[in-house]
Amino acid sequence: MGETIQTAIETRQLTVAYAATTALWNVSLQIPMRRISAIVGPNGAGKSTLLKAILGVVPVLSGEVIVNDAALVGEQSAGGKASRIGYVPQRSAVDWDFPITVLDLVLMGTYGRLKWFQRPGKKEREDAFEALEQVQMREYADRQIGQLSGGQQQRVFLARAFVQKAKIYLLDEPFAGVDAKTEKMIVEILHRLRDQGDTIVMVHHDLTTVANYFDHVTLLNRQLVAAGTTQTTFTAENIQATYGIDGMMWGQMSNGHCHD
Amino acid sequence: MIEFFSDYTVQLVVAGSAITGATSGALGCFAYLRKQGLIGDVISHSTLLGIVVVFWVWFALTGEGSKSLWLLIPGAIVAAIGAMILMQWIANSTKIKPDASLGVVLALFFGSGMTMLRWIQRSATPIPGQAGLEDYLFGMAAAMTLADLWMVAGLAVCSLLLLVICWSRFKVLTFDVQYATGLGLAVGRWELLMLSLLVIGIVIGIQIVGVVLMVAMLIAPASAARQWTNTLGKMVGLAAVIGSMCAGGGALVSAAGKGLPTGPVIVVFLCFVVGFSILFGPGRGVLSRRRKLVA
Repeated sequence: MGETIQTAIETRQLTVAYAATTALWNVSLQIPMRRISAIVGPNGAGKSTLLKAILGVVPVLSGEVIVNDAALVGEQSAGGKASRIGYVPQRSAVDWDFPITVLDLVLMGTYGRLKWFQRPGKKEREDAFEALEQVQMREYADRQIGQLSGGQQQRVFLARAFVQKAKIYLLDEPFAGVDAKTEKMIVEILHRLRDQGDTIVMVHHDLTTVANYFDHVTLLNRQLVAAGTTQTTFTAENIQATYGIDGMMWGQMSNGHCHD
Repeated sequence: MIEFFSDYTVQLVVAGSAITGATSGALGCFAYLRKQGLIGDVISHSTLLGIVVVFWVWFALTGEGSKSLWLLIPGAIVAAIGAMILMQWIANSTKIKPDASLGVVLALFFGSGMTMLRWIQRSATPIPGQAGLEDYLFGMAAAMTLADLWMVAGLAVCSLLLLVICWSRFKVLTFDVQYATGLGLAVGRWELLMLSLLVIGIVIGIQIVGVVLMVAMLIAPASAARQWTNTLGKMVGLAAVIGSMCAGGGALVSAAGKGLPTGPVIVVFLCFVVGFSILFGPGRGVLSRRRKLVA
């Protein structure tokens, strides 16, 4: 890790509000490129909102989000720059009854490369099968997405981001309702992506695994509490400042608890 | 009986109804999946005001009453746009809850439309052509002329063509708007296009189904079709078939029993299909789920 660390995503005095409630207040932070970063904080801390603000799907009241072009440039050139942000939504935000199969869902990752009148063809289907292979979900290609387990659902959404040839991955609690084996598999995949030069930002709930999984951590409770390398930032004081109670204990209490 | 089927008017009416049913059924799948059923209901009720207003304005300008769809559909579209703008404004600028705002807009537009309808019908000097204006409440397929059929068929073909050509975009936007934004699509413009298609899916049915029950023509075929398939393409195709059969059948029955409003007859057919699908749909149907529990 000798190279200088560049910034992939920067927020400057970012404030986001829904109706009358402030979700994020004056958040200025830098998320490093080619690293795996966690966003942690209590429920309602604005973690998902921060991801959505980076994605550009929530109205920003003031401040700005800057995504570094360098973080979006890869070897293969696919679609536009914007199409290089792969978003994996929170499981509870997905309509699992939608009439769509696993293959169809993964194919959506190719839509950014297609013109508005085009449909995915043979090449796109091959890409999709390859991505499904990577997450060991190929044999489920024809299943409707609601007929999968929680872990399988996450893997399929991850495959969609692969097909998109994303350079920045935004994941909203990918481990919620996922078994330990799948969690391990997803972490390995994400670490491999990071080693290939991709930037990963994840909303994460389980404080006990932060130190093992992440290079960088952002502690958030509507306002920024702290952000930096996990080693220096993920400290008892910062956790306490974020959660208001003994954070490590909170982490143990929440372990195994399903957050939706 | 043979005479009845070979009757030119009957053929025209059934063709018009089937085209409308297929289009509304197909477009309705997107309203169903985007959970816009109630918005569809507000839009369809709101169109009454537009219909009545353009009828009156045309009379004021020309001295004649006209019920041509070439006049009434544009009026209905303008009212629909007005209703949507008002809903958006209430949602953005007031603290009224979304469902209440839908109720307020529906009541305002439909109430004004009804008031104006009665006022026109009871005016001291009778307005020529006003008889039958109340048929737009519950539909009167038999009133369809060849010119009307061209209007409906034109809108139907254009919107179905758009649906087929832009299929992938519509699919991703319906499933996951946020992901579509991440892909870099011009989400705002696509949303507007889809909303326009929803409006077209509604206004083409004002004559055949009527403004009160039109939402059933959008939502019922989609609800039934969803029970039989797990892919969007098949769902849209099946909803189009169900919509066209029910609308065509309803128009036939209504034309045979003189004076029977078409909308309610079509809706009864649709309800049978929805009920059957909910009971017997494979994997999702009530009966197949019960069998699974027993086994």
